[in-house]
Formats: sequence, structure tokens, C-alpha cells
Amino acid sequence: MGIENTGKAWETPKTEPFIRIENVTKKFSDFIAVNNVSLDIYKGELFALLGGSGCGKTTLLRMLSGFESPTEGRVWIDGQDMTSVPPYERPVNMMFQSYALFPHMTVEQNVGYGLKHEKLTKAQRQDRVKQMLDLVQLSQFAGRKPHQLSGGQRQRVALARALAKQPKVLLLDEPLGALDKKLREHTQFEIMNIQEKTGITFVVVTHDQEEAMTLSTRIAVMDRGIIRQTGTPTEIYEFPKTKFVADFIGSINQFAGTVKSVTKDKAVVACADWAGEITVDRDASVAVGQNVSVAVRPEKISISKKAPAKTLNAIEGKVIDLGYFGKDSLYRVKLPSSALVRVNRVNDQRGRETERVAQWEDKVWLAFEPSAAILLKD
Amino acid sequence: MRQRSTFLFSVLCFGFAFFYIPIISMIVYSFNKSRLATVWGGFSVEWYFKLFKNAQIINAATLSLEIAVISATFATILGTMAGMALARFSRFRGRTFFSGLVSAPLIMPEVITGVSLLLLFVFMERYFGWPAKRGFTTVTIAHTTFALSYVAVIIQSRLLSMDVSLEEAAMDLGSKPWQVLFDVTLPIIAPAMIAGWLLAFTISLDDVVITNFTTGPGATTLPILIWGKVKLGVTPDINALATIIVLVVSIGVGLAGYLMYRSEKKRERDIQMALAANK
Ligand SMILES: Nc1ncnc2c1ncn2[C@@H]1O[C@H](COP(=O)(O)OP(=O)(O)OP(=O)(O)O)[C@@H](O)[C@H]1O
Ligand SMILES: [Mg+2]
Repeated sequence: MGIENTGKAWETPKTEPFIRIENVTKKFSDFIAVNNVSLDIYKGELFALLGGSGCGKTTLLRMLSGFESPTEGRVWIDGQDMTSVPPYERPVNMMFQSYALFPHMTVEQNVGYGLKHEKLTKAQRQDRVKQMLDLVQLSQFAGRKPHQLSGGQRQRVALARALAKQPKVLLLDEPLGALDKKLREHTQFEIMNIQEKTGITFVVVTHDQEEAMTLSTRIAVMDRGIIRQTGTPTEIYEFPKTKFVADFIGSINQFAGTVKSVTKDKAVVACADWAGEITVDRDASVAVGQNVSVAVRPEKISISKKAPAKTLNAIEGKVIDLGYFGKDSLYRVKLPSSALVRVNRVNDQRGRETERVAQWEDKVWLAFEPSAAILLKD
Repeated sequence: MRQRSTFLFSVLCFGFAFFYIPIISMIVYSFNKSRLATVWGGFSVEWYFKLFKNAQIINAATLSLEIAVISATFATILGTMAGMALARFSRFRGRTFFSGLVSAPLIMPEVITGVSLLLLFVFMERYFGWPAKRGFTTVTIAHTTFALSYVAVIIQSRLLSMDVSLEEAAMDLGSKPWQVLFDVTLPIIAPAMIAGWLLAFTISLDDVVITNFTTGPGATTLPILIWGKVKLGVTPDINALATIIVLVVSIGVGLAGYLMYRSEKKRERDIQMALAANK
């Protein structure tokens, strides 16, 4: 994926960010849509803005494209202050959520539209249009009008049109929102390929966490106008910093409790839901007596009918629900405290229903490693 | 249920009859050989020939057409600008007020519009010396102001149903606002503008009341001429003239309606195709 070939610019301290969003706030009269956001995006990244509906993703993107101006703060692109530059003078192009193809122009004219402002000869212009149509595999549709295309084809015309000007930054607002699941997956890889081929910095807005995880080098998780966490997909998934991020990305079991004791690298947390103590890896800032929450991903909990050899972080419960998804199964296990735990298990052995790890109403043992759990403080 | 639908159907027929029989009989009697308007004397087209030889009528018709073309053109330009301001400049101060002002002439009694325009022209003549006399210029101005409202309303509703991101996309691709206007906005609303022009044209062509207030000696439009002649009794040549006007006006309105219908259909089809494609 893209992570390797950008060389993790965000971890190299000397690298200048390509896009710098500096303490940007956007108010619509009294309503704060984007709240004091600061963000650095590096050259060649495929950066995702992820968040629920109405959290301000589009507003932030529109401030990069110039359609909204920040109430406070500055926006820099490639070392230039863009805050008061109008959209038609920014080295940035946008792919609109509705695609916004010009209905009175053919595919070719749509893709070539932005080029008439460039200093190109006619032949160069035609060349570029052809090149773009080849890139999105639409050459045979050059003469069609947008209403004669399918949704997926329109999406690709919109992409080609936005790429034709070879912008420094390409903004994509929910680029796959209108496509069905199969086409979505296919197009995700296509977008990643195109990004690698062109080397253009992509900023993608999405509310689909899987899409953000597959597509991007880094993700910023937004919530009510605030950026909660920025990081690589792995960081966001395995090391969420807040309950919100842990909950928003994937599914997770959370047990509230109090820190009872700490050693050099572990903490012991008393959890009422777990009916006992959980031992977890800790970072520096945990103190005895603190209220915390222990979070464990469903696939990091083991499930078996036999009691595990180690009794650390093990507990017995009863299967009350079982979901079979083919490649994996989801077990919902009720603990003695009547708390529910979700456990995922890959079906790595071929077998009939009766050969499953556990059935409804079975007594099972759950267990997880101290390193599998995340200690969350808020 | 059956009873009720029969009743409704007869009411409908009666309504249509009430409306169209006079027009149809007028058209039929325009081909009447007899000089008497109410007695059928055989088929003839001589009244049409007489009509085209009558200099007074030809002059009035020419004047009417000139006024209609010029005022429709100005009304379309100004009305389009007003419609755009109303639909696009979202929250300027007093927008609702301005919006109301633009559509007010649509429901204002024509007599009021006529009187107020007359007063304005008298005032302007006294203090600015222009327009010097009432006549061609004043009637054209009056028709423009009146028809402008119709155009503005048509354009406004077309723009409100148009996706703003089309204009944003053009701007994003490097077009300055005026280029966006010519490359994207105007081509897309062109059918609505043509419909507006045709509507303004027909409104101007058959207006009597406002014209009566704002015209002066020597500037007699066709409807005013007919109005004057009818006072002396309906003659078959008036029937012939009216038939031609009916024809011109119905072509204009029909074309305007067709254009609006077609762009509406096209949009529906586009939306449907988009939905179907995403299935
Ligand atoms: N022009 C505007 N005037 C007033 N409020 C606005 C305007 N644009 C956006 N908002 C508000 O700002 C908030 C953020 O909107 P935004 O469009 O950025 O959300 P989003 O994260 O893109 O959501 P979605 O996933 O639904 O597209 C919303 O509550 C919205 O109502
Ligand atoms: Mg949005």
C-alpha cells in the first residue's frame, strides 16, 4: 500500500508538510462546523478525513478548495498561504460528491474543460484528454453525454476531469458514496493505483471506516468539528487514544474499572463487569485509583470449551448468540456479571455446524493477553 | 362513483365549451363571405386579403411586433439577472422583500401598474425631459418592466433546481465567475430563457390595459386598434385579425410550454438514469 512508497514523511521530523491547516475554525452564524483544527498533510499522501454525518468533513474540504473561507486560522498549500486565494487560482482540484459533470458537454469536453485555462496547444490539450480517458479506461465513451453513462462511469469521468489539470492536491468528497459494494472495492484499488501513478496528494472525505482503512496512508478521525486522532490505519485501529475513536473504528469490548496497582510495565484494573481483575500493558501516565476503561477487540479474545492453562485475564461465560459469516463467526458471550462480550473467531477449519468451537448455551472460557488490551483514560 | 365522474366530466366539458366556443366561432366567422358578423354567407378568405391591404392595420401590427420583440429581449436580459440574484446570492439583506417585489406585478391589477407607470413617465418628462412624449418608448419600457417579472420567476425556479456544484466545479477547474456564467450557467438555463422570452413576447403582443395608459398619439398597437374598432361594431376583418393573433400567441405559448416541458423531462430522465445506473 501507499505507506511504503511515501516513506512515512510524517515521522521524519525535517519534512515540510505539503498542506498545512493551522488552527482553522469555521462558524456558520453561531454554529461551529469546524473547531480549531490543525493538520499537516505530506506530499504524496492519500489522506482520509473520517467521521460521522455532519461532523464537518465537507466543510474542511471546502476550505481547502476555497469555496468556504475559514472564520479563523490559515491554510497553506506547498508553502503558499491560500487562505484568501479564490478557488479558480488554487493548485487544487476537487471531485464532487454529486460528480457535477456538465450535462451539456460530452465526456471529452468535460475532461478538457479545465485545460482551456492552461497555456497548451490544441494538440497538447487533446493529448492530455486522451491520456486521462485512458487512465480511467473510458476512451470509447469520449463522445457520450453524462446522462448516457452509468454511475460508475460518471464517477470515473469526474475523476479524470479533476486530474486533467495535474493539480498539486486532489480533493475527493465521498468518491465512492454512490457506488454499490462490488464496484466500490474495485474503484478503491483503482483510486490507489492512480494515486501511485500520478504521485498527486489525495485528500479523501469518507464516513466509511473500512474505506478509509484500505485507501489511506493516514486517517484523521473527526467528531463534531474536532479532530480526535490522526494516524496510520494501524495506529488508529490498534492504538486508539480515546473511547470515541476506539468505538468509531471497528467494534470493541469496553470494561470500566479502577486501577488497583501498577508495576513497571503492567497495570491491574478491577472491573465489576469482568468480575475480577484484568492485567494490561500500561504506558507512563497511569496512576493507582484512576478510573479507566479496558478495551479489547473481539478478534483478540480467545474462546474455547477447555479452561486455558494460564488463568491471567480468563473468565467463564455462556454463549447466548452466534453469528456465522462464512470466513469468521461472532460469538456473544454472557459473563457472570451479565455483561456481554463479543468474540470473533476465524473459521480456519472446514467443518459442519456441530464441529464449531461452541454452540448456543455452551459454557466457554474467554481469555486475552495483557498486550491485547488498550487502556483508555477518558 | 360512476355518477360523480359523469357529473365532473360534464362540468369539464361545459367549462371548455364556455371558453373555446367563442374563439372557434370567431375563427369560423373570419371566413364568412357576408359583411354581417352574425349571418353566415358562405366561405371566403377575402377579409384576410383586405386586412393585408389595410395600411392602418399593417402599421399597428408592425409597431406591436417591434415593441414585443424589443421589450421581450430587455425583459429576458433583466429578468435573468434578477432571477439569478434571487436564486444564487443566498442571504443578502432584504432578499425576501426583493423576491416579493419582483413577483408583485404578477398579481397587481394591471390598472394600478398602468396608472403608476403613467405617473412615472409624466414625472420623468417634466424633470428629466426623457422620454419626451408618450409613445413607442414608454410602451416598450412599460412592457419590459411588466414582463420582467415573469422571466425572473421562471429563471429563479430553474436555477433553484440546478445543482450549485456544477458552477462550483467550473470554478474549481479554473474559470472566473463570468466564465462560469457563460460556460455553464447560461447554456443550462437557455431553454428557460427562451421560454421566458416567448412568454414576454406574447404578453406584450396582446396587452391592452397598460398600453392604453402609457401610449400616446401616433403609437397605436394592434390590440388598441382592435379595441377602438370594436366599439363601432364587430366586422369580419376584425375576426380575421383576431384569428391571426390567436395563431401567433398560441404558437408562442405552445413553444414556451414545450421547451419548459422538454427540459423538465430531460432532467427527470437524467435523474432516473443516474439512479438506475447505481442499482
Ligand atoms: N452553508 C452552511 N450554512 C450553515 N450550516 C452549514 C453550512 N454548511 C454546513 N453546515 C453545517 O455544518 C455541519 C457540518 O457540515 P458538513 O457538510 O461539513 O458535514 P459532513 O461531515 O460533510 O457530513 P456528511 O457526511 O453528512 O456529508 C453540519 O451540521 C451542517 O448542517
Ligand atoms: Mg459531506
